[in-house]
Amino acid sequence: MTVAAEPTRTHAAHPPPAPAPKRHPWQRVARLGLPYLLLLPAVLFELLVHVVPMLVGIFMSFKQLTQFFIRNWSAAPFAGLANYRFALDFDGVVGQKLLHSFEVTCGFTVLTVGVSWLVGTGAAVLMQDPFRGRGVLRTYFLVPYALPAYTAAITWEFMFQRDNGLINRLLVDDLHLFKEPPFWLLGPNSFWALVVTAVWRTWPFAFLVVTAGLQNIPGELYEAAALDGAGVWRRLRSVTLPQLRPVNQVLVLVLFLWNFNDFNTPYVLFGNVAPPQANLISLQIYDTSFHSWNFGSGSAMSVLLLLFLLLLTTAYLLVTNRRGKADG
Amino acid sequence: MRTSTRVRSALLTMVVSAALLTACGSGGQSGPGGQPTITYWASDQGSSIAEDVKVLTPELDAFTRQTGIKVNLEVIGWSDLLNRILAAATSGQGPDVVNIGNTWSTSLQATGAFLPISADVLNQIGGTGRFLPNAIAATGAPGKDPVGVPLYSLAYALYYNKAMFAAAGIQNPPATWEEFVADGKLLTHAQQWGVSVEGASTSENAHHAFTFSQQQGGGFFDASGKPTFNTPQNVAAIKQYVDFVAADKIANPSDAEYSNGTEAVQDFATGKAAMMLWQTADAQLGNYGMDPAQYGVVPVPFPASPPSGARHVDSIVAGINMAVFAATRNQDAALQFVKFMTSRQTQIDLNKAYSSLPSVTDAYSDPAFQTPTAKTYQQILTDSAAPMPAVTEESQFETAMGTVLKNLFADAASGKAVTEQAVATQLDQAQQQLNAGG
Repeated sequence: MTVAAEPTRTHAAHPPPAPAPKRHPWQRVARLGLPYLLLLPAVLFELLVHVVPMLVGIFMSFKQLTQFFIRNWSAAPFAGLANYRFALDFDGVVGQKLLHSFEVTCGFTVLTVGVSWLVGTGAAVLMQDPFRGRGVLRTYFLVPYALPAYTAAITWEFMFQRDNGLINRLLVDDLHLFKEPPFWLLGPNSFWALVVTAVWRTWPFAFLVVTAGLQNIPGELYEAAALDGAGVWRRLRSVTLPQLRPVNQVLVLVLFLWNFNDFNTPYVLFGNVAPPQANLISLQIYDTSFHSWNFGSGSAMSVLLLLFLLLLTTAYLLVTNRRGKADG
Repeated sequence: MRTSTRVRSALLTMVVSAALLTACGSGGQSGPGGQPTITYWASDQGSSIAEDVKVLTPELDAFTRQTGIKVNLEVIGWSDLLNRILAAATSGQGPDVVNIGNTWSTSLQATGAFLPISADVLNQIGGTGRFLPNAIAATGAPGKDPVGVPLYSLAYALYYNKAMFAAAGIQNPPATWEEFVADGKLLTHAQQWGVSVEGASTSENAHHAFTFSQQQGGGFFDASGKPTFNTPQNVAAIKQYVDFVAADKIANPSDAEYSNGTEAVQDFATGKAAMMLWQTADAQLGNYGMDPAQYGVVPVPFPASPPSGARHVDSIVAGINMAVFAATRNQDAALQFVKFMTSRQTQIDLNKAYSSLPSVTDAYSDPAFQTPTAKTYQQILTDSAAPMPAVTEESQFETAMGTVLKNLFADAASGKAVTEQAVATQLDQAQQQLNAGG
C-alpha cells in the first residue's frame, strides 16, 4: 500500500496523478483512520447487539443447559453435538415437532409474502397516478405498519373469537356462509387466521417500498411506451415490473426473513401454546427453551434456523443477481 | 437506499442507547434518606392489572411510610409470569421480590436463583408458627430450604348458580361426578351451558388433570420422580374432563378457546353457564356484577363409586408465594417487605380484596374469613387438598399436561371424537417430550 509502487503501473492513457501536497504522516493516518473512527461506535453497538448474543447462543447450543444451570449457565456441562442430534432426530417427539413446525412455517411464509407482495404492489400501482384524496388514502394504508405488533395482533384475536368475534358475526350472521360458527383460533383454521393477520401487518410495508420504487422510474419510459402503443398491462409488464426488480429483490427477502421468524403474531393470537396447525418454528423453539426448560436444545434449534436462513438468503441473492445481470 | 440505511442505523443507535440507559438505571437505586428502592413483581390476582395496582398501592405506601423503603411495583399477567421469572433468573437482572405460583416452587428451587428461606431467614420475617401447614408444605421440595413464603392461599371448589338450579328443579348441588353430569345436562339448553371451563389455559388444565387423576387412583410421577403419564387411570382422568365438551356436551365448545382466566368466570357471572370449577372467585364475580347470594360454593365432586386406589382429593393446594431473588442487592429491604406482606393486617387487607385466604393463622379471626364460602375453602385446604407433585419438572409438567388438554379440547370442539386411544397418544408424546427435556 505504499505510494512508491504506483508509478510502475501507470499507463500512458492515464496521466500520473498530481502529487499530493506534503503532509505530516500522522495527518495521513488520521485522515485514513477517520472513517473507521467514525464507524467505531456503530461497530461496537453492532457487536454488542448482534454479534455477542449470537456467539453466546452458539456457545449455549453446545451446552447441556437445563433448569439446574440457568442461573450460572457457563457452569453447565458440555453436550457436544447432542443438542443438534436431538433437534434433528425426526423419530423423536421433539424432532418431529420441529420438522412439522418447519413445514408449517414454510407454507405460512410463502403464502404471507406472496399475498402481501401482490396486495402491496397492486395498491402502489393503483396509487401511482395522482388523484384527490390519494395522500389520505396512502397514510391510511400505512396504519397497520405503524401500529405496535402486539396491539394489532390482540385486536385480531378478539375478532377471531368464535362466539363474540367480528369475523364470525360477518361470515355467519350477516353473510350466512356457515351454519355453525367455525373456530379460527384452534384447529386447522388457525393457520388461516395466522396468515390473514400476518398479511394485514405485512402488506403496508410492501406498499411503502414499492411506492418509493415507483417514484424512481423516469416518466420518459412510460411516455416512450405510450408512444409505441403499449396499453396499461404492457406498460406494467415491460416498464414497471422490470424497473422495480432491484427494489423487489430486497423487499421479498426482507419480507421472507421477517415472516419466517415471526413470533409476536402467533404468540399473541394463540397464547403460549399454539395449535399444532399454526405452530411456527419460532414458537417451537420457544417451547423447547422455555416450556421444557431445555435452553441448550433451544439454542441448537436457533442456530440451525440461522444456518438455514443464511444458506437460503445466499442462494437467493446469487440467483437473483445472476438473473438481474442476464436481463440487464 | 443510502438514506434509509442511515436512518436505520441512527434509529438503531437510539434504541441501543435507550436500552443501555435503562439497563444502567435499573441498578441499585436509593430513595430519600439512604433507603433503597426495591422492585416487586406481583402476579395478577384481580380481574385486571389495573385493579391489582389499585389494591396493592395503598399497602405499598403504608410500607414506605413505615420503613422508608420505596417499592417499585409491576403487576404481571399469569401467562407471562413464569417466562419473565425465567428470563430474570437467566440474566441475573430481575426484581428483588417476586410472586410465584406455589406449584412452581420445586422447579424454581432447582434453579438456585432464589434466596433459600432458611430457619434463620424465617425467624427474621416472623417465624414458621404463623403459616398454615398445608401452605408452607407447598414452598419447595421436602428436606430442602424452601424458596418462598406463602402469601395467598387458594383452593378449587364448585360454584353453582342457585336460580338456575331451582329453575331446573335440582334441589342440591352435585356431590358426585355422576350427579354433576346429570345436572349439567338438565342445565344445558338454548344459550345456557352446564359448566364453563378454560379449555386453553395450560395451568388451569394441569390442575384439573392432577385432581381428576388422584380421584382415579392415578398419578403423573412415581415415587422416584419419574413421569408416568400414560396409565389407564390418567387416561380415564383426562378423558373425564374433556368429555364435558366431547361426550357429555355440558360445556360450550367455544370454551376450548378460553385461556386468560376471565372468560369462564364471566360466562358464569353473566348466566351463560350454571357451574364452574374454580379457585376463590368471589372478588372477580363481584366485579362482573354477581351478588354472593346468587351462587353457592361446595367442594368439587368425587366419583360415586371410586376405583381402587382413589384418593379423596378435590383440589390442589393452590396459592401464591413470595420469593426473594438471590441476586438482590437489597436483601434486608426485600425481607422487610416480605415480613410486611405476611403481617396480620396486610394479610387481612389483601386477602379480603382478592377473596383468597390468608396464609397465616392469626389473620383468620377477621370476620371476612368467617363467611360460609371462606369456611368451605378452609376445610378443603385442610382436609382434601393435595400439593402438586414436588418434582423439579413440575413447571414443565404443567405446560405439557395443559397442552395435552388444550389439544384434546380443540379436537372435541371441532367435533372430533376423543377416544381413549387419542388421549393415550397425547399423554405418551407429552411424556416423551418431558423426558427429552431432562
